[in-house]
Amino acid sequence: MTTHVLGDTGVLTGRSLRHILRSPDTIITTAVTPIALMLLFVYVLGGAITTGSDESYVNYMLPGILLITIASGIAYTSFRLFLDLQGGIFERFQSMPIARSSVLWAHVFTSLVANVVSVAIVTGVALIMGFRTGASVAAWLAVAAILILFTLALTWVAVIAGLTAKTIDGASAFSYPLIFLPFISSAFVPTSSMPGPVAWFAENQPVTSIVNTIRALFAEEPVGVEIWVALAWLVAVFVAAYAVAIAMYRRKIS
Amino acid sequence: MTADKALQPSIRVRGIRKSFQNLDVLRGVDFDVRAGSIFALLGSNGAGKTTLVRILSTLLKADAGTATVNGFDVAARPGDVRESISLTGQFAAVDDVLTGRENLLLVARLRHLKNPDEVADGLLACFSLSEAGNRKAATYSGGMRRRLDIAMSLIGNPPIVFLDEPTTGLDPAARVEVWQTVRQLASGGTTVLLTTQYLDEAEHLADRIAILHKGTIIQNGTLAELKQLLPPATVELVEKEPSLEDVFLALVADGGETDTAGDDRSDSAVRVRKESR
Ligand SMILES: Nc1ncnc2c1ncn2[C@@H]1O[C@H](COP(=O)(O)OP(=O)(O)OP(=O)(O)O)[C@@H](O)[C@H]1O
Ligand SMILES: [Mg+2]
Repeated sequence: MTTHVLGDTGVLTGRSLRHILRSPDTIITTAVTPIALMLLFVYVLGGAITTGSDESYVNYMLPGILLITIASGIAYTSFRLFLDLQGGIFERFQSMPIARSSVLWAHVFTSLVANVVSVAIVTGVALIMGFRTGASVAAWLAVAAILILFTLALTWVAVIAGLTAKTIDGASAFSYPLIFLPFISSAFVPTSSMPGPVAWFAENQPVTSIVNTIRALFAEEPVGVEIWVALAWLVAVFVAAYAVAIAMYRRKIS
Repeated sequence: MTADKALQPSIRVRGIRKSFQNLDVLRGVDFDVRAGSIFALLGSNGAGKTTLVRILSTLLKADAGTATVNGFDVAARPGDVRESISLTGQFAAVDDVLTGRENLLLVARLRHLKNPDEVADGLLACFSLSEAGNRKAATYSGGMRRRLDIAMSLIGNPPIVFLDEPTTGLDPAARVEVWQTVRQLASGGTTVLLTTQYLDEAEHLADRIAILHKGTIIQNGTLAELKQLLPPATVELVEKEPSLEDVFLALVADGGETDTAGDDRSDSAVRVRKESR
């Protein structure tokens, strides 16, 4: 049975990717809001924001925008998982001789693919809007790795939401605070411009270290200790969410 | 087919109990299903038919009792049980976004068949879905969905098939088609356990019929055996053999919380029984 884990996960991932291809609006919707935010901040608000660096504002804000893209993209992951649980198809899979964890992993891989596409679209628009970087291939790969880790960590949070949701709205509502988190971070304005307690929160929440790391990688500056803080956060969230999700799933299917 | 296989029941249920919170749904269910036979489980709404099917198909754990399917204990060897069965649940389990053909291909691939395309096309033809095969399942009528659902369950020829109310919501013609499929399966050696609320369905299809009521099997026998439970009609009444419906209603009439059987009808069935004593 377990020898088929990879094959079964592949078949099931193909299935949910097909769902996305049949309703590409989920990817478009995921990309539209961040793009709108980007237009708003760059062409309307950006002029009034002093970032304290000589980077263009689009360069400054892109890392945060990419995180927002992913945070809204994973809402669809719990949405899709919830729909599968609601319909009988999930029980059909559970009654078949397939590796049981494949059903979850298929959703996780699908989430990864969908978010990579959304992030690519948003990055493309940012390039059109004047985003420029001289980052090396290694720096680009580091950025990609951080974004993938961020996606995986949040995807497992989304799996928890999908497994526990009672209603379809509940399945995606958990993502709103996550989408909001970058606004109280260094993503759009320097944290030093914020009042004391807010600045303290902003400086100590995960988004700031992730944003600063990506920003430094794009700007060809040293990443310092921030990258380790960022990685610690990402790995911690990933491990915790994964453990909780798997435990819940086990309880659900037994 | 072989003698020893025929001797061993395909499904053996002993003392299965299940309750949800403080609702005792199954209170010690016992029965056997002979290999290659059609076994009908009759019961009113909420009798616990689906709960029992879910336990036998490893989706739910019983609180007590044992059940073996194809010789494998459902609790100890769920993987082997899943290799031996297929489940057509009470509500069609098809992927609406995929086409009918893609649904079949999906299951064929998950069952690791060598020739998924042939299998899918064969089943589409067999269930009169060839023309609709490339349409999304979301556009199917209720009957078409059910046919696709059953077709998906037959992929891989599992020796035991569970059908939970397979014909609910089908028109008479579609029902007859499903009945034919079930008979074909059984004549090919497949063991079929089906649940139904349609007494005539059990009457037409099943080799044995068990009645699940208030958490236990209150009767289990062939149609002829069940009919003998009621004495033949008395001379004062119009000569009429009791239908299975009479038997059923008389058996479950004792003040159960069944919500389908109209009280007046069950009362009259009891009266028939008492009068003829
Ligand atoms: N997961 C559950 N949690 C709580 N109660 C449940 C659960 N599943 C079933 N029940 C209850 O158990 C009883 C039996 O349900 P079940 O679905 O097995 O009946 P059924 O015989 O299949 O009925 P129907 O003919 O309506 O399909 C019902 O009262 C139902 O409400
Ligand atoms: Mg039921």
